[in-house]
Amino acid sequence: MSPFLFWIFAVLTVIFGAAVVLNRNPVASALSLVVSFLGLSALFMSLDAFFVGIIQVLVYAGAVMVLFLFIIMLLDIRAEERRRINLFAAVGGIGVAVILLVQICTVIGHFRVARQTFPPLARSTDDVWNIGRLLFTNYNLPFQIIGVLVLVATIGVVLLSRREPR
Amino acid sequence: MITLGDYLVVSAILFTIGLAGVMLRRNLIVILMSLELMLNAANLSLVAFSRFRVGANGLPDYNAQVFVFFVITVAAAEVAVGLALIVALYRARQTTDVDDITSLKF
Repeated sequence: MSPFLFWIFAVLTVIFGAAVVLNRNPVASALSLVVSFLGLSALFMSLDAFFVGIIQVLVYAGAVMVLFLFIIMLLDIRAEERRRINLFAAVGGIGVAVILLVQICTVIGHFRVARQTFPPLARSTDDVWNIGRLLFTNYNLPFQIIGVLVLVATIGVVLLSRREPR
Repeated sequence: MITLGDYLVVSAILFTIGLAGVMLRRNLIVILMSLELMLNAANLSLVAFSRFRVGANGLPDYNAQVFVFFVITVAAAEVAVGLALIVALYRARQTTDVDDITSLKF
């Protein structure tokens, strides 16, 4: 992938990620998150991870965001009214985030391997086949546990959102 | 050319945005969205390392991509349970603002 496309999608992802936090209206936040996830999916595909990129669009931009929007509309949440901003908390939050970012960037700057470009792939990748083979051989037990986890989550959600019978 | 560090920096920025969202916003739904942003930032660096570590057969290291698959699955389950909790909370308190939910006693 050309560097030009990488920077376009990276900037798109970051800008709409910031819009999620900055928007006051939760619906606008959710729609910004969709665009951010689409940009992220393009970045995954630029790394030759086509399966993960497709899953990202299907699961996140599809299912999870529909769930978010559905709940926002169900609860009928309007844009937050402007409260008095707790200045101490806001400065503290931004400060901690900036310190973390500086720390990570320092670590990456001292990490020599990070300056290398990506090695070429030998042949066309068959990533769905390879991931599937790993899932059903090496990672079979975690895969089964994930299945149980999703089942438990489904039952838990049904129980949680059921109204108490009077 | 694009290096591994470029992807890692983008991932770090995304993670920081998510962290700032969790700490600054007070709407529970937006906090949940910021959590998703942080999980996806971790996924991006995992996929970047997977592509960087090309094995002897010329293929990326697919172990990391399987891990990303697991992260996405767990994140989807987490969102479902979290939103159900928010709906239950809204029925009891008619609010999704974390500043209004400060008492432990229900």
